[in-house]
Amino acid sequence: MDIKDIIKPENKVYGKSPVLTDNIMHYCPGCSHGTVHKLIAEVIDEMGIQDKTIGISPVGCSVFAYNYLDIDWQQAAHGRAPALATATKRLCPDKYVFTYQGDGDLASIGTAEIIHACNRGENIVVIFINNAIYGMTGGQMAPTTLLGQVTATTPYGRRADLNGFPLKITELIAQLEGTCYVTRQSVQNAASARKTKKAIRKAFENSAMNKGTSFVEVVCTCNSNWKLSPVKANQWMVENMFPFYPLGDMKDR
Amino acid sequence: MALKGAIVVDTEKCKGCGICESNCPTKTIGISTEVNGKGYPFAYMANPDACTGCTNCATVCPDSVITVYRVKI
Repeated sequence: MDIKDIIKPENKVYGKSPVLTDNIMHYCPGCSHGTVHKLIAEVIDEMGIQDKTIGISPVGCSVFAYNYLDIDWQQAAHGRAPALATATKRLCPDKYVFTYQGDGDLASIGTAEIIHACNRGENIVVIFINNAIYGMTGGQMAPTTLLGQVTATTPYGRRADLNGFPLKITELIAQLEGTCYVTRQSVQNAASARKTKKAIRKAFENSAMNKGTSFVEVVCTCNSNWKLSPVKANQWMVENMFPFYPLGDMKDR
Repeated sequence: MALKGAIVVDTEKCKGCGICESNCPTKTIGISTEVNGKGYPFAYMANPDACTGCTNCATVCPDSVITVYRVKI
């Protein structure tokens, strides 16, 4: 069968989500942000909530998320996305409000905001991108950086006596009464991306049912600052990140 | 019944990261030696006969540049 006979509109099985805009993403080649954006877009499209969703973009590489998802957005000061999401959800309780934050934003400068928003049980969705490094500013050590990991500010590897231990913020969040769904996923292959999509969908559904805060961590790569190719970065993540940050649901009620 | 697939890559938006290539179970996808307007190599069907239209490549593509078509024959 000729390729031209296959490539017809009626045979299309997968394409770009209509919620994604046509802008070319500014992310580095192979960056996991693009994959997670796409999964969020697909969930919003499947649930038919494009005009009812408000995203809160953080400070970090994904500050420009509002250029790529065709929904309403707000942009928060560094780390303050959960505080802004709290206000947005309380003022517009019929909307779906989610924050999209990296590990520098959520686990470092925004620790107070995320802990208290989750403890209050705000009916928001938190998408937490954990790549164990500060991506936008040039690869400095983040709270989530693994022991021994080389970054711009730990050139000989992270040392526990000097830099402290990596922060498992998702495990901390799971302890809080206000959260209803806490999970850790990844997007390095098709199977894991589909699981992450299911988790994001569940989080949005929880938000509609006013069950509390849903927290979805996605373990991601930052191949530019890890100084690896995109495919090797995925392998490095599987070998080094997953033993310390095991995947799976931590809380589901 | 066999499944036959094909992909279309938006070559101007593709950044040639190779994640689709590493996720392709049938080794259909290759990365070109040519480059697009931005200077990136791009994904293409190096072995079009092998494609089953499984959508794995498009699911993991960070830039959402792959469209997948599939027919049953």
